[in-house]
Amino acid sequence: MKHIISALVENKPGVLAHVAGMFAARGFNIDSLVVGRTEDPKLSRMTIVVIGDDRIVEQVRKQLARIVPVVKVQDFMDKPVVARDLMLVTIAVPPEKRPELSTLIDMFRGHVVDISPKTLMVEVSGPETKMEAFLDVCKPYGIKGVARTGTIAMPRQGSGEE
Amino acid sequence: MPAKPETPASAAETMKSGAQIVVDTLIDLGVDTMFGYVGGVVLPLFDKLYDAPIRFIIPRHEQGGCHMADAYARASGKTGVILATSGPGACNLVTGLATAMMDSIPMVALTGQVRTDLIGNDAFQEADTTGITRPVTKYNSIVKDVRQLERTVREAFHIASTGRPGPVLVDLPVDVLVNKCPCNGKAELDLPGYRLRTKGHARQISMAAEAINKAEKPVLYVGGGVIIANAAEELRALAEKAHVPVTMTLLGLGSYDQRKPESLDMLGMHGSAYANYAVQESDLLIAVGARFDDRVTGKIPTFAPHAKIVHIDIDPASISKNVHVDIPVVGDAKHILTELTKEVEYRPREAWFQKIAEWKKKYPFRYDGKSANIKPQYIIEEVCRQTNNEAIIATGVGQHQMWSAQFYKFLRPRQFISSGGLGTMGFGLPAAIGAQIAKPDATVIDFDGDHSFNMTMTELATAVQHELPIKVCIFNNGYMGMVRQWQELFYGHRYSCSYLKNPNYAEVARALGAVGITVDKNADVPQAVAQMLAEKRPCVADFHVEPEENVWPMVPAGKSLSEMDGLTILESMA
Repeated sequence: MKHIISALVENKPGVLAHVAGMFAARGFNIDSLVVGRTEDPKLSRMTIVVIGDDRIVEQVRKQLARIVPVVKVQDFMDKPVVARDLMLVTIAVPPEKRPELSTLIDMFRGHVVDISPKTLMVEVSGPETKMEAFLDVCKPYGIKGVARTGTIAMPRQGSGEE
Repeated sequence: MPAKPETPASAAETMKSGAQIVVDTLIDLGVDTMFGYVGGVVLPLFDKLYDAPIRFIIPRHEQGGCHMADAYARASGKTGVILATSGPGACNLVTGLATAMMDSIPMVALTGQVRTDLIGNDAFQEADTTGITRPVTKYNSIVKDVRQLERTVREAFHIASTGRPGPVLVDLPVDVLVNKCPCNGKAELDLPGYRLRTKGHARQISMAAEAINKAEKPVLYVGGGVIIANAAEELRALAEKAHVPVTMTLLGLGSYDQRKPESLDMLGMHGSAYANYAVQESDLLIAVGARFDDRVTGKIPTFAPHAKIVHIDIDPASISKNVHVDIPVVGDAKHILTELTKEVEYRPREAWFQKIAEWKKKYPFRYDGKSANIKPQYIIEEVCRQTNNEAIIATGVGQHQMWSAQFYKFLRPRQFISSGGLGTMGFGLPAAIGAQIAKPDATVIDFDGDHSFNMTMTELATAVQHELPIKVCIFNNGYMGMVRQWQELFYGHRYSCSYLKNPNYAEVARALGAVGITVDKNADVPQAVAQMLAEKRPCVADFHVEPEENVWPMVPAGKSLSEMDGLTILESMA
């Protein structure tokens, strides 16, 4: 089962190493890990996607909370959240096929952010399944490179949380 | 010792150097004893320590110093402090930190570091100390600005000694120790992510009490957490009021008077048969400050199969980590046991205690008392007798450690000092030194294996220098005994690399300025023990013991607690 865990951490050197080290030392698998600043300059938010059964994810949550500079840990499983990935894809596409591809890009609400004689770079954001679907439809053209952020997530307001 | 030159008069009194801030903060926090080793980048700190009212113990190796600080903490309940230089000094602390981490011992390690502008340049004696020690500390940090120094040192002591304690390391670049800043000695902690839960949840406590009142075959299974929480008195009150037998983990030994009828002694791989049978048959297991280690549980799916499990622990991550817990109570054992005792009721549980009495009668810890060779168990019994169960016992790791746990009957907390979780050979001698420094009037004995002793015996020189009357009993069988036992039982007697040629330990002791005794006859044991106990200097008694003695009973790794080997051997010795 995929769980999105959100951890507010102190914005200090060594915190990422501590969190990553804990995962490695205890044999937990990280699917993705995203760190970014928050509205409070003293805090960063780590969004960690973990795959495991409830017992394992419970341990992940507790072991994270145990790390001194980790301020708050939430498991978004079974909670209404908005979860998004951001992806940049460079696609091999000759000029004559560009119109065809841009229809696809529109369907995925992507943007062309770079163009060269033989390639397009497209920016797509959304849930992870959408990224996968977009990559599937681009595959026939030839994918030259992919960069993805991993998932970030926030609970929906009105859900009783936060 | 050469005369101390006067400290140069300081021009700016309100400004303090980093080194001065560290020393002043340590004194303000009540530190009166430290362990550590000098080196280049920590010289500013040692210069300030020269005049400080802090007793400083210099080991012969940083690992030894780290174990000393650890044992000082275990014996006294205070936070142990170790100081080491950068690079190799810091690296040598790793084993000691890991030992303290596994056993939740409050300790602060201060390490020197190269100048901040050299960090990352592979400078002389540079190591990524915070990187190396992160997994073996509760928390660590590097101070890069002298203005953060006082607060960081205060935070280190707070984190080390509260909650589930553990070692905390602060890395100190030399320029931070030299730089000056105003310091009023009142820096406040800033730890938004560090919250302590002390009081247990009242409803959970009531549920636990109800389970205890209903149970017909309950067992209290207590670990080192009871000792750390200073909750032995509260444990006694609960066990007596609710009338529940008590078994202890290796680190829990001392939390319950083993002469009392409720004591089942130690459980687990080399625990008593009566403790293991009781756990396996229990209908309620009340774990207090214990963590269901594999050496305790044996095969998890068949561990305490009929029991509902109550788990009292300050660390939420320990709950349901290895074994599913029915009633968790998170918080301080002292508080929870006090509240729990109010709600439990006395139950006679005659059938249960009758059954336990039968197991105790049938399967006591035994050894062959008719053997011509000296049995290590006999030495421990004799020491226990001559010290009236009152000594502080430190150990190395292996067979002798298990025999110490089986045959010395402890009365109170902080009497047994042993590396449980990490199983660090070489812990015994420096631990005895640390304990003796914490408790100068106590009789402190290191029960040690020959090869555990080999690992850190250089620290005998430290004991001699500080005139510590520690006693070392070496159970000298030439083998790494526990390894040899496993090779005998599981590898067809192929004693691969488990035998070493030992020195004459009595002569080594004498050369280092200690007293050395060699004992190779059974009949000489009582007299040798008496002589050792009477010595005012450090004393090493080298007992040449039965070379291939085994520790029984034994739950082989991966087997259920009730599947103990050696019971028929023990019965045949009756």
